[in-house]
Amino acid sequence: MGPIIYLDNSATTAVLPEVVKAMTKMLEINYGNPSSLHGLGLKAEKALNEARYQVAKLIDADTSEIYFTSGGTEANNWVLYGLTKARQRQGKHIITTSIEHSSVLAACKRLETEGFEVTYLPVNSDGVISLKDVESSLRKETILVSIMSVNNEMGSQQPIAEIADLVHKKSKAVLHVDHVQGYGKIPLNCHRENIDLMSISSHKIHGPKGTGALYVRKGLHIEPFMVGGNQENGKRSGTENTAGIVGFGVAAKLAGNNFEERVAKMREFKVTLAHQLINDIPNTYINGPEPEKGAPHILSVSFPGIRAEILIHMLEQKGVYVSTGSACHSRFEGASHVLKALKLSPEHLEGTIRISLGALNTQEQIEPTVAALKECVSELRAL
Amino acid sequence: MYTTLLVRYGEISLKGNNRPYFEDKLLENMRYALAGLKTHKMRKTYGRIFIEIEDDLNEVSQRLQNVFGIISMSPTVTTTLDMDAISKTALKVLLDTPGKTFKVRTQRPNKKFPLKSPEINKQLGAYLLTNSQNQSVDVHNPDRVINVEIRNEGAYIYSRTIPGCGGLPVGVTGRGLLLISGGIDSPVAGYMGLKRGLELTGLHFYSFPFTSERSKEKVIDLCQALANYSNSFRLVIAPFTEIQKSIRQHCPEEFYVTIMRRMMFRIAQLVAEKEKALALLTGENLGQVASQTLQSMSVINKVVDIPVLRPLVAWDKSEIVEVARRIGTFDISIRPYDDCCTLFVPKHPATKPPLKLVEKAEKALEIETLLKDCLENLEILTLKARRQFTSCVSF
Repeated sequence: MGPIIYLDNSATTAVLPEVVKAMTKMLEINYGNPSSLHGLGLKAEKALNEARYQVAKLIDADTSEIYFTSGGTEANNWVLYGLTKARQRQGKHIITTSIEHSSVLAACKRLETEGFEVTYLPVNSDGVISLKDVESSLRKETILVSIMSVNNEMGSQQPIAEIADLVHKKSKAVLHVDHVQGYGKIPLNCHRENIDLMSISSHKIHGPKGTGALYVRKGLHIEPFMVGGNQENGKRSGTENTAGIVGFGVAAKLAGNNFEERVAKMREFKVTLAHQLINDIPNTYINGPEPEKGAPHILSVSFPGIRAEILIHMLEQKGVYVSTGSACHSRFEGASHVLKALKLSPEHLEGTIRISLGALNTQEQIEPTVAALKECVSELRAL
Repeated sequence: MYTTLLVRYGEISLKGNNRPYFEDKLLENMRYALAGLKTHKMRKTYGRIFIEIEDDLNEVSQRLQNVFGIISMSPTVTTTLDMDAISKTALKVLLDTPGKTFKVRTQRPNKKFPLKSPEINKQLGAYLLTNSQNQSVDVHNPDRVINVEIRNEGAYIYSRTIPGCGGLPVGVTGRGLLLISGGIDSPVAGYMGLKRGLELTGLHFYSFPFTSERSKEKVIDLCQALANYSNSFRLVIAPFTEIQKSIRQHCPEEFYVTIMRRMMFRIAQLVAEKEKALALLTGENLGQVASQTLQSMSVINKVVDIPVLRPLVAWDKSEIVEVARRIGTFDISIRPYDDCCTLFVPKHPATKPPLKLVEKAEKALEIETLLKDCLENLEILTLKARRQFTSCVSF
């Protein structure tokens, strides 16, 4: 077996050596608690602020608007619980989409049991919501609109700038963007696009797991989710995961370097791969947006008549790592809510894999990937 | 106050000349179960074992609740051989055991003790009545019995009884080969085999990439759960992918399951020889699925001459689930990873496969080569008991 071809970067990514090095230093030498008064504490605090700057820079936020969390799920949960708590006197209506990550949807379900009303916007066959639906769903008592920038299972992108315009013109609602899959892949400028809250995560951009952040627009009040020692300006208690955060900072910095060139390479990889798969393997379908559209790094492919889980294990034997619909629920029975929202047939649903790219993939990997898929799919179809 | 644990083993005491062997095996298994605790002196007397407790009594009795062969246990207080000491101790035992009524039952293997059993009963009963409140004697239906044993080395007094697992000590009846899939039934079948004194080797058919590594982990975890009732548990993992593919390609769909299971049995018989196992055990249950009709079982069984034990053959699913929950395998079994049995299952499998047609269909397979390839690539794991399991109660 040749070297590994890792194409499951939307599940998680390899941690880059520079990141590991910076983290090791934080663990071994610069291990102080940022809240400590002594010099070691101050050193750790400085490292934290440098990371905050790097993380903020990638979305054009101010450092004071970044609050570190344990990851994307905490950031999303925090928004749903913290913002609704802060604003429930103004109304109890929330708008989101039917293809959000489960950390948004599960929190919405819980809020529904607490008297909130949630509108789940449908998507078209490209996985995109309609602005008209957003507009017609907005009400006087809408307090929050939570919409992901990039869908994790098929890479569809929502028109965030237009949505932001609409939301702010037509209502007093706050706009939250789950940018976990888009961060470092598509440019999104918090201030220019008029976004109030944004969730991001470190381990999707070659940083460590267990670290993420919530961007909170200056002046916006959100109730804390974690309370205690008043770290993060009183907004998020708990001793900072300094090594993780510093790793996140380095990963964000690296993601910002040659941003456009790297993203263009990913897009080229994705487009070439999609076309080759369609050409070389009969009865192959791309789900969601055209490869040329949508996010540059996520491709959802269906091979009807095959069980994706088996295909994944066969590919694994050839050193190619991909996932079924989405890593978050590939271990549980039942088709993904996202693919269901696209109204795919059961055969389609069962035969769907997700290929997702990262900074480390190279064009040379396309050919062996296509060859492996072709071989496995034809073997499975023959059985 | 309890310093001794009285352990009763029922059925072993019925065995004739084999009794010492059964007893020694039980002692060995008990010592194994108590490994890591302070050394406990164990004394074997007729039909029971006394353990001197130096550690936490609860810990010791909980561990022993998973040792097959033990019927029940009683925490016991020992005292010197004089009536004053015996009376005081018996009162403590009485107050430590909940209830309103009691009776005293004395045994006196030590015939040098001046009082006879009925006299001791009488004196003690009177003492207990006058020295306690709201207690009364009920010789027919007491809430608890205060047992007194007058032995050479001292008096033993106990009342509370903790149930054990029952069964026979693991190892006394030989070795069996358990076909284990990952479902709910086969681990329970294994448990029942262990209960009747079998040592087990597990055999799992692994069909990567059609099943995942997680399905293998699941089987390892199931065998670990069974290992906790045994001293150690060998697990043989047999590669099955090529065989399944071959059946899929060459045999008619309706016989797919029958032929697959015949291949499994053939492999199992060969593995059993290697493992010196004298029987196969399966979780099969009459009528549960297509391969478990009497006709199917008979056609499948034809390929082996080793006995096939099916401990669950007459159980209802709900009974199987109940035991699976109690022995801690249920939550592992319901993890959602497929095993090889659920792959390629035809919509309409034959429920009454005719032997002649199955044999004819099988001719399309290179059976000898397939078996040889499989047996040359076995993976063998040995799992040791881990002391952190849910305790079982008597079944």
